[in-house]
Amino acid sequence: MKNLESDKKLDIPAKENSEGEAANMAREFATYSSRRLLLIVSICGLLAACVIIALLALTVGSVGIPFKTVWQVLISHLPFVHAQANWSAVTDMIITGIRLPRILLAGAVGTALGTAGATYQGLFRNPLADPYLIGVAQGAALGAVLGFIVPWTFGGSYLIPVMAFIGAVAAVSVVYLIARVGKTAPVTTLILAGVAIGALLMSVTSYFTMISADKVRSILSWMMGNLSYAGWDQLGIITPYIVVGLAVIFLFARPLNVMQLDEDQAEQLGINVERTKIILLGAATLITAAAVCFVGTIGFVGIIVPHIVRLIWGPDHRLLLPLSAIMGAILLILADTASRTLMAPSEIPVGVITAFIGAPFFLFLLRRTKKAVF
Amino acid sequence: MAKMEMQNVTLTYGQRSVVRELSLHIYPGELLGLVGPNGCGKTSIIKALSHVLIPDAGRILLDGQELGAISRTELARLIGVVPQNPSLPDTFTVFEVAILGRNPHLGLLSGETARDMAVVWQAMEKTGITHLAKRRIGELSGGEKQRVTIARVLAQEPQVILMDEPTANLDIFQQMDILDLITGMCREKNTAGLIAIHDLNIAAQYCTRIIMLKNGQIRAEGMPKEVVTAENVREVFGADTTVYPHPENNLPMVLPNTGCRHSGNGNKEKHTNKVH
Repeated sequence: MKNLESDKKLDIPAKENSEGEAANMAREFATYSSRRLLLIVSICGLLAACVIIALLALTVGSVGIPFKTVWQVLISHLPFVHAQANWSAVTDMIITGIRLPRILLAGAVGTALGTAGATYQGLFRNPLADPYLIGVAQGAALGAVLGFIVPWTFGGSYLIPVMAFIGAVAAVSVVYLIARVGKTAPVTTLILAGVAIGALLMSVTSYFTMISADKVRSILSWMMGNLSYAGWDQLGIITPYIVVGLAVIFLFARPLNVMQLDEDQAEQLGINVERTKIILLGAATLITAAAVCFVGTIGFVGIIVPHIVRLIWGPDHRLLLPLSAIMGAILLILADTASRTLMAPSEIPVGVITAFIGAPFFLFLLRRTKKAVF
Repeated sequence: MAKMEMQNVTLTYGQRSVVRELSLHIYPGELLGLVGPNGCGKTSIIKALSHVLIPDAGRILLDGQELGAISRTELARLIGVVPQNPSLPDTFTVFEVAILGRNPHLGLLSGETARDMAVVWQAMEKTGITHLAKRRIGELSGGEKQRVTIARVLAQEPQVILMDEPTANLDIFQQMDILDLITGMCREKNTAGLIAIHDLNIAAQYCTRIIMLKNGQIRAEGMPKEVVTAENVREVFGADTTVYPHPENNLPMVLPNTGCRHSGNGNKEKHTNKVH
């Protein structure tokens, strides 16, 4: 009897297996092929959420403006639309001259930081990687601080972002050159060199900040992340860089998947690892520098956004990269709205807000030991 | 079908040369075994054959064409590599890793077709991991991970397959399973196979030809019977063994001579002491 029973028990799952095999295969194919559909649906959903959040963000601030008025003002600015203005010129100015460019800039910066974070994490196969790990931000900070303290005879404040940009690119280049062993730059030496160069640059930056007594305040405000100088000009300058960088990064989504195996395996699967690394490193640095140069260092967005996306959509970079871009925009628009409304009329630097929310979230991720996040 | 060839190849890591002026062939349809002590250059040879390690001297040819003249993608369509201890991303599912094998067959912008997925599924069926399709790599055992990598390589549909200790984490049944699969593939699809392996008995049973290496040079080459001999094993490994023919197929079996190494008397005395 016992034997018969155990035979039955063994038999049933075996039968299910052979019958389930075809169904199993069909199901796997279906989920995998529907990934493109999932991507489109998710992008549409997140974009809609992003637009709604941005519209709501337009209504709040030191002066509250009803949602309906925001709509009417925006529509009146569309070409070929002639609306009867029943709002004051000041309201129009607040919406289209101050809040809209600021929200769009927050979105652009968030997009850049989120995507750059996902790219660095994938490239270094390291869940802690973010735009600041390999010296990008520290280089930008040093450049910007030098821009602040040098008494320019021309150009003035417009040269500061240029200096930040040069600093970021120079820092990454130095890190890459130092980390090279023969023809390649292994990931671990890249990170170690980045951390060391970053620390060195930070100490130089601190020194210059200290000796420039009269400008310490504006330097510190930049270093804590600040969107309050945002305008259409700045948005116009950084957008092309971000668009180009994103396009390049999205193109390399599948190679980045392959590079999640080790470098030898990626090479044996037809990826030119060193070239891909340089292209992605360059593109991610470009968009990080573009993000950092006007608004300063905004921490934790680059780390946290890709982790949130990975938790919901999984680790496939073809989903991860574009969705991190939109999620980054959403997060930074929310954080910036909080930064300008929580203590209105004065502002909390947006970097303080992202760190205040980001750090605990990061610790929460760290403690989720049951299921690896990366 | 592709044939691989190394001509007077020297490989160095930094200052140390690991392989010196070595020449070998891998023919379609055969499974060539590469045996030898740790550090004899087996892994370096596999890396060189897959164009990851570039030789300091000598040439490596695939069907008469030098590896450097073939594009990375084309190489990946022709040569599949099962590395020693490959690292796999823990959060990817088994299917997601296996389908990475299709990468060399896809353009930068194109997605996987139904055929790509069918090839991947077949590779997973052959390695017996279809039931794990949805599982994450982090939840698998060492042997299961090994099978995932082999499935990934089979999905590449290579004409040459290079394996570095592919059965290191497997039990005897799984070892036989994988090696049956690989020898079958070499025979039926006329794939050229190279396997670096520690286990001399497994090598003798499954490989059509064996090369025995010491300090980056070939010490013996030929049929298992010619290469796996007590003299060669003593010379190359420094191990004292007895080699017997397998009772069913006459292929050589290597048995350690434990009695000769620890001279009997001392051990017996210690043993009796312990019992007291």
